[in-house]
Amino acid sequence: MAEILKNGQVHNDNWQVLRPEAEADLATVNLPAGQWLIPFALWQVQCAALKSRSDIGVWLSPNDDLTEVAKHFSQWPLVAIDFPKFTDGRGYSIAWRIRNHYKYKGELRAIGNVLVDQLFFMLRVGFDTLALDPSVVVATAERNLAPFPDTYQGSTDNPEPLFRRLDRTGAAQGGAH
Amino acid sequence: MYRYDDIDRAMVKARVAQFRDQTNRWQAGELSDEEFRPLRLQNGLYMQRHAPMLRIAVPYAMISSAQLRVLGAIAREEDKGYAHFTTRHNLQYNWIPMARVPDVLERLAEVEMHAIQTSGNCIRNVTSDQFAGIAPDEVVDTRPLAEIIRQWSTFHPEFAFLPRKFKIAVHGAERDRAVVQVHDIGLHLYRDDQGEILARVWVGGGLGRTPILGEVIHEALPWRHLLSYMEAIIRVYNLEGRRDNPYKARIKILVKALGIEEFRRKVDAEWADLKDGPATITDAELARVSSYFVDPAYAQLPETDAVYDERLKSDKAFARWVQQNVHPHRVPGYRAVTLSLKQKGIAPGDITDTQMEAVADLADAYSFGEVRSSHEQNLILSDVELRKLPELFDKAKALKLASSTVGLLTDIICCPGGDFCDLANAKSIPIAQAIMERFDDLDYLHDIGELDLNISGCMNACGHHHVGHIGVLGVDKNDEEWYQVTIGGRQGNDTRLGKVIGPSFAAADMPDVVTKLLETYVSLREPEERFVDTVVRVGIDPFKTSVYGGKLNRKKEAANG
Repeated sequence: MAEILKNGQVHNDNWQVLRPEAEADLATVNLPAGQWLIPFALWQVQCAALKSRSDIGVWLSPNDDLTEVAKHFSQWPLVAIDFPKFTDGRGYSIAWRIRNHYKYKGELRAIGNVLVDQLFFMLRVGFDTLALDPSVVVATAERNLAPFPDTYQGSTDNPEPLFRRLDRTGAAQGGAH
Repeated sequence: MYRYDDIDRAMVKARVAQFRDQTNRWQAGELSDEEFRPLRLQNGLYMQRHAPMLRIAVPYAMISSAQLRVLGAIAREEDKGYAHFTTRHNLQYNWIPMARVPDVLERLAEVEMHAIQTSGNCIRNVTSDQFAGIAPDEVVDTRPLAEIIRQWSTFHPEFAFLPRKFKIAVHGAERDRAVVQVHDIGLHLYRDDQGEILARVWVGGGLGRTPILGEVIHEALPWRHLLSYMEAIIRVYNLEGRRDNPYKARIKILVKALGIEEFRRKVDAEWADLKDGPATITDAELARVSSYFVDPAYAQLPETDAVYDERLKSDKAFARWVQQNVHPHRVPGYRAVTLSLKQKGIAPGDITDTQMEAVADLADAYSFGEVRSSHEQNLILSDVELRKLPELFDKAKALKLASSTVGLLTDIICCPGGDFCDLANAKSIPIAQAIMERFDDLDYLHDIGELDLNISGCMNACGHHHVGHIGVLGVDKNDEEWYQVTIGGRQGNDTRLGKVIGPSFAAADMPDVVTKLLETYVSLREPEERFVDTVVRVGIDPFKTSVYGGKLNRKKEAANG
């Protein structure tokens, strides 16, 4: 049982992330019943057998080829993007592309090394659920969901930048000097 | 100058609160040093050799007198009475304790300042031409679009954890004073036949370990597409830039590896999803932001003034200052004035608390309350009446801000180096000071003429040594500090990287090396020829011969010099 953030609240969640050993033979990995998030590479190998199952989702490494991935979106109830390290920001752009270029509408989850201080950015680019590290203090996470009162630029959450949403003319105090 | 509205103000305040929370969590052990690191860097806070260093953003060079007074007060009350202007317009404090930083940021927020994205692997403070809005050769005032870029890049959710730092520079004049070709993205704004603003977009420039000049990725991008096009560039970079080696992680390495054609193809493919979308800048937004940059209440003045002319004739020191430190202005009877932060015995770019407050007073008295900071690490009063120049000169001189050396040998660009910076391999400030000590004869400096001497204490090249006419790079060899010299570099429209003249030198030899370079120049120059032009004409060999032919105490070392 893991904790995830969804709609601003912490929920328990049954999806288990499967991370096979690097040298594992993917063709022989056995997936018993239960909600599994498996690497895309494993899906590619066992695609034919797994297609009919509704309890298999896929997690993407930043190195996965999105044009290949995109062919399968409709078959998964859940897609996750792995952050191997919190400083590796590829996942933000991958999420943006999945939402805006490939038009994926289902659940998109951030997994891996995710900091509380990154949740806001993740929600903006298109993630809707975030797997929390067990060490995360829930109150801290909730406090950091919306650290800023507004946003200047558009992203997946709202493509309209501030200047299209609001007439700011003459709003400055003191005006030009 | 741009002024915050309630939203801008609330955003900066929220950032202060967020950073205070992060600092508290770090102190409580809830955030590890490693986790806190990128968070503090994105608020301009470095852990340095002796103490933290806090870098305050000065967006596209603009500072108000009210802001400068607060910067001065912070220097006095929270630091050791001085601060340092960097090579990217920004201001750095060196001695503010970590625990005090949130309060300092809160105080800065009161005057619409912050340290947001002044470091870290994100989009950095946008830099521009310190003479924007007033230069006679300006075609497009860069400030409104620079402000629009500032807002767009602030807390950009997708680009806060890029492979490396990302610097955008913009200029809009005939002469590039923002060195746009050595930036990750360089923008040159110009106008088409109908007066529409277009951008020539350069990508993949940068100094550092692998100095590369940017390449043109778009010749004529209409201004309204600037944000969406840059988004496409940075998304491609974020996804494909190298992350395995920080020295290979800048966009320049990606552009070189792919080739500009292939990189452009990828950007165009990405842009197809964005072009004409919501990120397209509206006329209304450009008009709104431009309204902050309307002309101040200029007086109708003649282009000449008798008192000024008289002083020019009778006072050689004043005439020299005018020649070097006073710059043309597009409005008749006005000039821009550089207040030099290059004084003998002081680190280039350093300024004391009282000097900051005094400059604020000068700005109020002579220049509509505005100050600019240049990447050459000087301050500029941009709108001074010609007839007031004599009294301004006297006041600036009394404040030790009137070295008549702007553009000359001792107007040295210099990073903080090993005295302060944790990254440095060698000290840079003592080299600058030794050179300023050696060459303090103004007659000689003026005879030598225009010469950019740039010093960096390490490969990261904050001192822009590659584009100095003479560049000095501090290197570490077996725990000793050595200095490699390049000549022939230059900034501006014809930006070039300098060439290494040979094995590196000990610190004590550096003034002699410069002397020999100058002697060689004087013996070879043609009338009106600048040092760098002589180097271009005759090549580096004569300089090499004169420098290494003598009895300099140079180290015997391997061929990799």
